[in-house]
Amino acid sequence: MNATIKRAAVACMVMFALLMINVNYLGAVKAGDYSTDNRNKRSFYARYGVDRGWITADDGKTTLAKTIDTGDKTFRYEREYPSGRMYAHVLGFFAPESARGIELNENKLLNGSDPDLVVGRLIDFVSKKPPKGASVDLTLVPAAQKVAYDKLRASGKRGAVVALDPKTGAVQVMVSLPTYDPNDLAAPDKAKVAQAYNKLAEDDTDPLLNRVTEKTYPPGSTFKVVTAAAFLEADRSRDPETTVPAPQVLDLPDTTAGLPNYGGAACGSGEVTLRFALERSCNTPFGQMGMDLGWDKMREESAKFGIGEPIQFELPTADTTIGPDEETAALAQLSIGQRNNQQTPLQMAQIASAIANSGVLMKPTLINKITDPGGSVIEELKPEQLTEALSGEVADELKQMMVSVITNGTGTGAQIPGVTVAGKTGTAEAGDAPAPHAWFIGFAPAENPETAICVFIEAGSAGNDATGGGTAAPLARDVMQAVLEAK
Amino acid sequence: MTTAPVAEAPAVPMTAKRRGAQLVMLAFAIVVVMGAYASVGLGIDGQIPSGTFTYGLGLAVLMFAAYGVLAKWAPWADPLLLPLVTLLNGIGLVFIYRIEQTGQAGASATNQLMWTALGVVMFSATLIVLKDHRTLQRLTYTMGALGLLLLVMPLLPIIGEDVNGASIWIKIGPLTYQPAEMAKMALVIFFAGYLVAKRDVLALAGRRLFFIDLPRVRDLGPVLITWGLSLGVLVLQKDLGSSLLVFGTFIAMLYIATQRTSWVLIGVLLFVGGAVLAGQLFGHVQDRFEVWLDPGNPEFYNRELGGSEQLMQGLFAMGSGGILGTGLGQGFPREIPLSFSDFIIAVVGEELGLTGLMALLMVYALIVERGLRTALAARDPFTKLLAGGLSFLLAWQVFIIVGGVTRLIPLTGLVTPFLSAGGSALLTNWILIALLVRMSDAARRPPPQAIQNEGLTQVFTR
Repeated sequence: MNATIKRAAVACMVMFALLMINVNYLGAVKAGDYSTDNRNKRSFYARYGVDRGWITADDGKTTLAKTIDTGDKTFRYEREYPSGRMYAHVLGFFAPESARGIELNENKLLNGSDPDLVVGRLIDFVSKKPPKGASVDLTLVPAAQKVAYDKLRASGKRGAVVALDPKTGAVQVMVSLPTYDPNDLAAPDKAKVAQAYNKLAEDDTDPLLNRVTEKTYPPGSTFKVVTAAAFLEADRSRDPETTVPAPQVLDLPDTTAGLPNYGGAACGSGEVTLRFALERSCNTPFGQMGMDLGWDKMREESAKFGIGEPIQFELPTADTTIGPDEETAALAQLSIGQRNNQQTPLQMAQIASAIANSGVLMKPTLINKITDPGGSVIEELKPEQLTEALSGEVADELKQMMVSVITNGTGTGAQIPGVTVAGKTGTAEAGDAPAPHAWFIGFAPAENPETAICVFIEAGSAGNDATGGGTAAPLARDVMQAVLEAK
Repeated sequence: MTTAPVAEAPAVPMTAKRRGAQLVMLAFAIVVVMGAYASVGLGIDGQIPSGTFTYGLGLAVLMFAAYGVLAKWAPWADPLLLPLVTLLNGIGLVFIYRIEQTGQAGASATNQLMWTALGVVMFSATLIVLKDHRTLQRLTYTMGALGLLLLVMPLLPIIGEDVNGASIWIKIGPLTYQPAEMAKMALVIFFAGYLVAKRDVLALAGRRLFFIDLPRVRDLGPVLITWGLSLGVLVLQKDLGSSLLVFGTFIAMLYIATQRTSWVLIGVLLFVGGAVLAGQLFGHVQDRFEVWLDPGNPEFYNRELGGSEQLMQGLFAMGSGGILGTGLGQGFPREIPLSFSDFIIAVVGEELGLTGLMALLMVYALIVERGLRTALAARDPFTKLLAGGLSFLLAWQVFIIVGGVTRLIPLTGLVTPFLSAGGSALLTNWILIALLVRMSDAARRPPPQAIQNEGLTQVFTR
């Protein structure tokens, strides 16, 4: 019988070999699929087993997101956002199955899995301590953020406020309304969070949307600074005193319709200086400038301001565009920020920032510094130049004209006592809706800009007669003042 | 002792008792178990559990007692069997303790330790009472009847008990018992006795088809009866695992006894045919098959009975274990329904990783190998067949359950020998090991020394 016993032994050997091969296949090949299956709760538990790094602002003095050790065995660490709704769109949230905002973008550092933190993680692992993440300090200025949030919320309007340091690109204020409470989405309870999230997602006012970066709107007259920049750059013999034609209605070729000024009003006496056209925000001179410059020139200048260019930012950003190369009539309309011209408030703040910074466009960022659990800094804000949008000279001329807008133009609502403010208002038609979007971009102090701002009030939330000068400018003033005072 | 010339060395080399080595290995197994036990506590709350010493000492006392019995009543026994089984049983205890810590109902390390104690008692009793395992050959038909009776017991009124849709339990007072566990061993003894008696007839060749000698039609009787019995178990008790286990072991033993490949083919064809037929007729067989092919399908996953949730959770656990595992006490066994029972191997996979699983499979493979070696070394056909059959039974059971849990084959419920919680299986398996020990003792015992120092002949006296 020994021969058959030996064969039976071979059969047993084959069975064990098959089991071992299969176990290896499972552990090495299939494991990846299994770990991402949402019925596998391990990744869910793991999220709450990390002493997640805090998010702060103002060099750590203000806590925006913190981790609480609950002592619970399954969900030991919970996330809390002390300031609730005010920073929601910047911080995002850390939910059981997803994350958003800084929580998502800096996740690897916050949860300690970043390669930069490998040594600390190894020590934690060996000493059986829960892993600890790095803390992230943001560039936001809490005092100004609070002013922006409180004032915008008190007005009951939907919109966005974003302020940047023109010299570094550091974001000082980022508020989007309506907003939500990230604490509702951070509980370690999938069902509860899903319910809260769905309620937010179904809300018609779109509270989850970060209006600063995630959606584009027609920028209206604020875009005229770009047209003016292209106009000045195209021929260096031009300056703010160069006269431009300013009819009451601009004839648009190949259409019966014309391009009127705001409210159909006249603009000077048919021929005005560039400065005057910008102060009064006349449409017809800028429409004409755009048609004369052509789409390519307009596109080139906008690209230097970052429009239509991919942008590296900590938060997701919508693609901006001045619109496609269509008929000449379209060119006139995009030159005054209408038609298919679509910008984010962040992009418009970038334009103000470039003009403030003598034409140099900085890369925007929210991260001031990142500190590992041991307290040493592993990443720090290094101002990064994106493009030279304008020559210093043209930037200066634009700056002068924008100061005029505030002193004796449409932007008087943004005046700050004792500070020279530069700015541009915008009132943009929003598709077929009767109510317009109200915009303001600007910076202060004009001599040595410390903050560049964009305020955007969404159409319909501020009445049918909302204007950039009346609705957006005063808010911009308050926020800029708060930033300057906090400095 | 006379020193035999090299030419006269018997086919199986004369081995020493190796009792010292066995003792060291046994101590090592207990140290490993105690270390694992302490590690569970460290993994869960950073403290060595207060019971480490008690549990460890308890296990040590039991195993050294078993060793004592073995040393006295089966001194020539294979030195590896007891330490290997101790390791498995101990690791099983550790994992049941670990699962108990998560609060999963039904997992009780204390109960398991109690059953282990009973198992060791049965082991010792078997060794002490059964001086010569060939006594069992005389009980061939008794064992067959006993096996049958045990198999049908759960179907009887009053004592039969339905658990989770399978009627594989009996309940007497507060005690529940899975008679199929004992039945499988009784049946293996019966098969061994029966096949030894009939193997010459069964090996007779009938017609030849292609390159295979078919057996004679009238000899198909026993195969058909066993086949019917297995399918009966499958259909009436919904116990796929036991059915597959008993039938597969029978075919293997039939092959070992008759050397006829045709029996294996006939057996496989019969079983596959029967299973397909059962699949057509009975939902639960088909469910298992569907689940095996596509366990991730939400429809199967969410199915109340016969769904794939347990299988998927087991796979998730093993996947997350990776190569080295999460470490004892740091996985999530409570995610797997009934993780202490059929799916304990998935918990091992999560916490000890690929490495742990491979090591564990290796331990099983070693036990099987020692058993088969005993079969080879045995001097009479009954012992050969019984040792071979029991070893194959063990290997086959590990293959069915581990293969099922790791989705190599469709999942059929069976316990993992020595690891899973459950007294019925533990008791039976300890007796099974006692039989192997008894047979290895007989096989390794030097033949009586009345050897004529002439030529190559040896004289056995019985």
